[in-house]
Amino acid sequence: MVVISESMVESDIEDLTTGNSWGAMVVTMLRKYPLGAFGAFIVFLMIFLAIFANVITPYDPVLNSFENMLTPPNAQFWLGTDQFGRDILTRIIYGSRTALFVGFSCAIIGAFTGLVLGVASAYFGGRFDLIFQRVMDVFMAFPLIIMALAVVAVFGTGTQNVIIAITIPFIPRCARVVRSSALSIREIPYVDAARALGFTHTRIILRHMVPNVMAPFLIMLTAFVGQAILLEASLSYLGLGVQEPVPAWGLMLQGGAEEYAESAPWVAIWPGVAISLAVFGFNLFGDSLRDALDPKLRQQ
Amino acid sequence: MYKYIAKRLLLMIPTLIGAAILVFFLLRLIPGDVCELRLAGTGLYADPEQIKLCRENLGLNDHILVQFATFVIGFVTFDLGDSMWTGNPITHEIGLRFQLSLQIAFMATFVAVIISIPLGVISAVKQDTWIDYVVRSFSIFGIAIPSFWLGIMIILGLLIVTQAWTGVPWMPPIEYVSPFEDLGANMSQLIWPAVATGYRYSAVATRMTRSALLEVLREDYIRTARAKGLLEKIIINRHALKNSLLPVVTIIGIEFAFLMGGLVVTEQVFNLNGLGKLFVESVLQNDYNLTQALVMIVVAIFVFTNFIVDLFYAWLDPRIRYS
Amino acid sequence: MRKIYSKLALSLVVGGGLALGAVGTASTAHAVKTGGTLNFVVGSTITTSDLHRETTFGVVHPFRPFYSLLIKVNPENPSSPTDFICDLCEGSVPKGTDGFKNYTFTIRKGVKFHDGTPLTAHDIVATYNKIIFPPKDVPSARKSFFKMVDTITAPDDFTVVFKLKFPSGSFIPAVATPFNIIYSKKDLDTYGYEWHTKNINGTGAFKLAEIQPGSHVSGVKNPDYFVKGRPYLDGFKSIIAPKMAVRLNAIRGDRAAIEFRGFPPKARDDLVAALGDKITVQESDWNCVLLNTINHKKKPFDDARVRRALTLAMDRWAGSKYLSKIAIVKTVGGVVFPNHPLAATKAELVKLAGYSEDIKASQTEAMRLLKEAGVPNLKIDFLNRGVDQPYKVVGTWAIDQYKKIGVNAVQKVQPSSVFYDSLRKKHDFDVSADFNCQSVINPIADVTKFLGSSGNNYGQYEDQPLEDIYNKLAVAATEKEQRVLMREYETRAISDQAHLGVTLWWYKINAYRSYVKGWKIAPSHYLNQALDNIWLDQ
Repeated sequence: MVVISESMVESDIEDLTTGNSWGAMVVTMLRKYPLGAFGAFIVFLMIFLAIFANVITPYDPVLNSFENMLTPPNAQFWLGTDQFGRDILTRIIYGSRTALFVGFSCAIIGAFTGLVLGVASAYFGGRFDLIFQRVMDVFMAFPLIIMALAVVAVFGTGTQNVIIAITIPFIPRCARVVRSSALSIREIPYVDAARALGFTHTRIILRHMVPNVMAPFLIMLTAFVGQAILLEASLSYLGLGVQEPVPAWGLMLQGGAEEYAESAPWVAIWPGVAISLAVFGFNLFGDSLRDALDPKLRQQ
Repeated sequence: MYKYIAKRLLLMIPTLIGAAILVFFLLRLIPGDVCELRLAGTGLYADPEQIKLCRENLGLNDHILVQFATFVIGFVTFDLGDSMWTGNPITHEIGLRFQLSLQIAFMATFVAVIISIPLGVISAVKQDTWIDYVVRSFSIFGIAIPSFWLGIMIILGLLIVTQAWTGVPWMPPIEYVSPFEDLGANMSQLIWPAVATGYRYSAVATRMTRSALLEVLREDYIRTARAKGLLEKIIINRHALKNSLLPVVTIIGIEFAFLMGGLVVTEQVFNLNGLGKLFVESVLQNDYNLTQALVMIVVAIFVFTNFIVDLFYAWLDPRIRYS
Repeated sequence: MRKIYSKLALSLVVGGGLALGAVGTASTAHAVKTGGTLNFVVGSTITTSDLHRETTFGVVHPFRPFYSLLIKVNPENPSSPTDFICDLCEGSVPKGTDGFKNYTFTIRKGVKFHDGTPLTAHDIVATYNKIIFPPKDVPSARKSFFKMVDTITAPDDFTVVFKLKFPSGSFIPAVATPFNIIYSKKDLDTYGYEWHTKNINGTGAFKLAEIQPGSHVSGVKNPDYFVKGRPYLDGFKSIIAPKMAVRLNAIRGDRAAIEFRGFPPKARDDLVAALGDKITVQESDWNCVLLNTINHKKKPFDDARVRRALTLAMDRWAGSKYLSKIAIVKTVGGVVFPNHPLAATKAELVKLAGYSEDIKASQTEAMRLLKEAGVPNLKIDFLNRGVDQPYKVVGTWAIDQYKKIGVNAVQKVQPSSVFYDSLRKKHDFDVSADFNCQSVINPIADVTKFLGSSGNNYGQYEDQPLEDIYNKLAVAATEKEQRVLMREYETRAISDQAHLGVTLWWYKINAYRSYVKGWKIAPSHYLNQALDNIWLDQ
């Protein structure tokens, strides 16, 4: 009896989440959403560059070579060199590692924490939900860049702390969205049924509620990656981002755009292009994902 | 309705209290203090006696709870105190900057609206055609460009282009003039950051317009209108657009609140003497009083805007106010 | 003077056509034009207008023009470390009597404060009492500069006498410090000691027009200024612009005519390339030096061999060549301001650790020393300040230099307040970027930075022999004696013991609109900012 109803509940969930059609949906997306496909292409290109950075480029991204300082683009240095004589293309390629590391770490940690908190808040409801919502209100209202600024000032600069600084403001934003989708699911009978059957909270949350908030969650996740890359650049501009000599786009742009925009434009332009393109890619991808996952927007 | 308003107003209080606690303790976790920075920050020999005296005078040696109480009582009685960096009353420090930030927020919002609504409509009507793709790419590109980079390129571009055309390089003014004093100078300074920011913030609103309109276009009454043989143009303008604007207005309202004090980077690039620039300076200078006041003002604006948006919704949808 | 010309010749090579007009003495080379408003940009935020309690140039540039000093650096010869002239006093600067323990100043007559009150010796006594002997709760940032002062008195309305406890060569330079602006006794008596933080009443060439927080400070001509015919300008406006790119563009777009602190070399090149002879460039060595402070309390930096290795790693001559193209540093020097009579010559410098022109030999020696000390693969935390010029640029170079001797340095860049907290209080760094930046050049006072006992030394060490050398140096009577002792001091501080590493001296580049005339570059951004001698050729 118990066994049967459990399998019943699970098959219901399968229907609701469209189950194993996930893979098929990705394929459809590529065909139906050329913008999203282009975004995905940029994302995969970045991942490729990040993984094979040391194979692709013969130069060292960190070592200074003052004989080559501020060389304009030529056959040897395709995008020129910076003020320390380092090859810009090499630093951009290695920079995609930093960008992806910062972007994904922030997005994944931020979105997952938000997911857990949001679902838990919706599931338990009552006083917990009320208090939790007020705490989230505070974090939402608190200016994002100021929070990041304060966190970096407290913990110090460096890649790890930049990640912490960017992640903290992401959590309430994700929790808020996840909670509201989870709330609508909580009222659906099968969750009640699962509860009546005496399943543990963890099990109900993980197996029944979480899969149902995957759509908004994934949208948030992709949006966060782009935002994190941009925030890292903004923090760099304020002098609080990743620090030299780590190859990072925001850092390259900070000194470069300020001082060499005219006399050595290649120093100022290429890292900016890299950031713009990467964020553009992640956003295109996310935007199409949103279209694809929101049934109301699908072309009939 | 009154009961709903009262309830929503009450809910603002815990947020403000929470923000006060958060900013107060967060600031005190940041290493360093304003006196060290003022007296030792230039590399000269700093007299330890003088640093002690400075801390004493600013009340930094008081018990932390005394400091907290001073801050909260000050905020409740609308006495924001003096800046620890300049010694000026905070209201005096904020006055002109608030005016500038408010003006920029209005102008940027205006730019965002005139970009995003037509683009969103075109993109929805022409869904999944190349026009849709171009419009979406254009709007998404706006949020992909790092704002400080865009700002630097705008200024440099202006200098180079004007020199090439007129022989004399021109750049926007670097000090704020009130629009009531000299509208020309005021606009020639603010138009650039307003357009850059407006373009940036149009991306979200464009997407919102598009999806809201798409949703409405599938409603039954639109189908009925179509069946009646009404022109597509009339259907969109008269029926669909009006009904899909609500979420767009919401998102614009929330962005407006963010623009007050949120333009941290843009203000620095264009040397705008606004709240965002002041924010960064006050945090980095460990000016507790000023940062606290700014955070509370920005949070209050945010909370209040949300309150208005909620009221607006409740007024339109009776289900909300009775639930 | 010679220096400025030679540097200008260099800029001509770098930048193309440059106007030389501003360098010539204003009154002789051109007919001075009066009128106009000088707009200049200041790369700092402004604290209070009470300069006695402040330390940043960000308050000197906007507020100094409203006030006068007792004595000042000669505006016609600001690069000289010894050329002081009277501002509010008359005649020449007193030499000191009674075994250099008594300095009598005769005060100028007919000077009026902006509110009309005539200036007397009592105003100067009241001002210096505020600076040197302030009441317990009144801050005074440079009180400790005047430890030698016993009493300040006014025997009559136009005479001021400073009595010293002991003779000191640093007394006159301390008086000439641009922060010691003269207030009126009446204001101090009537409004108390806080009034000047927000109000201005001086005897300077300009009167306050407006202070707009975060935006600008402006002044208008003081028609009653005590130097007849001055100021030439109708007014000035100092515009706050903390971002370097804004200041640079402001000069290019003529929103401001000049920036008095200094631009990086590429900024100068951009301006000259864009505007040709509409831009004038003046350059000078700067009385600021970048240092690497080593934390002696952390192992293995208590070992002199390790510290020597760290300074041996720096290829200063090549660094000077390359960094001077991208940062505001240039001259290789020891502990004394370059080209000062007390500074080491090149022949003397190359004998110090890390100053050899054979960098390969230095690096080999460094690696040998590290191995001998048992730390061949040293890892260090390099603390740096979150300001691009010159800290972060030179820091990035320094890390690369360390890498070449197998030392792996991680740069920890912090915002200024956090940086100072680490440097001054927490002492949690291994090696830190540090600097010594003074206004009036006064080597015997400035080199105290290298003493472990000094209040602005953060290396946490005690070195009695070094203190002994300094004590002899401080009382040495002749320049020849001082020079010998200075070499001894220098060798011990930065070579034998290598307590701190001197990297490079700063280099001040002022590129500005050529219509600004009459201003001469000083070796410090604190000096020569009265603006009364500036005029606009337009």
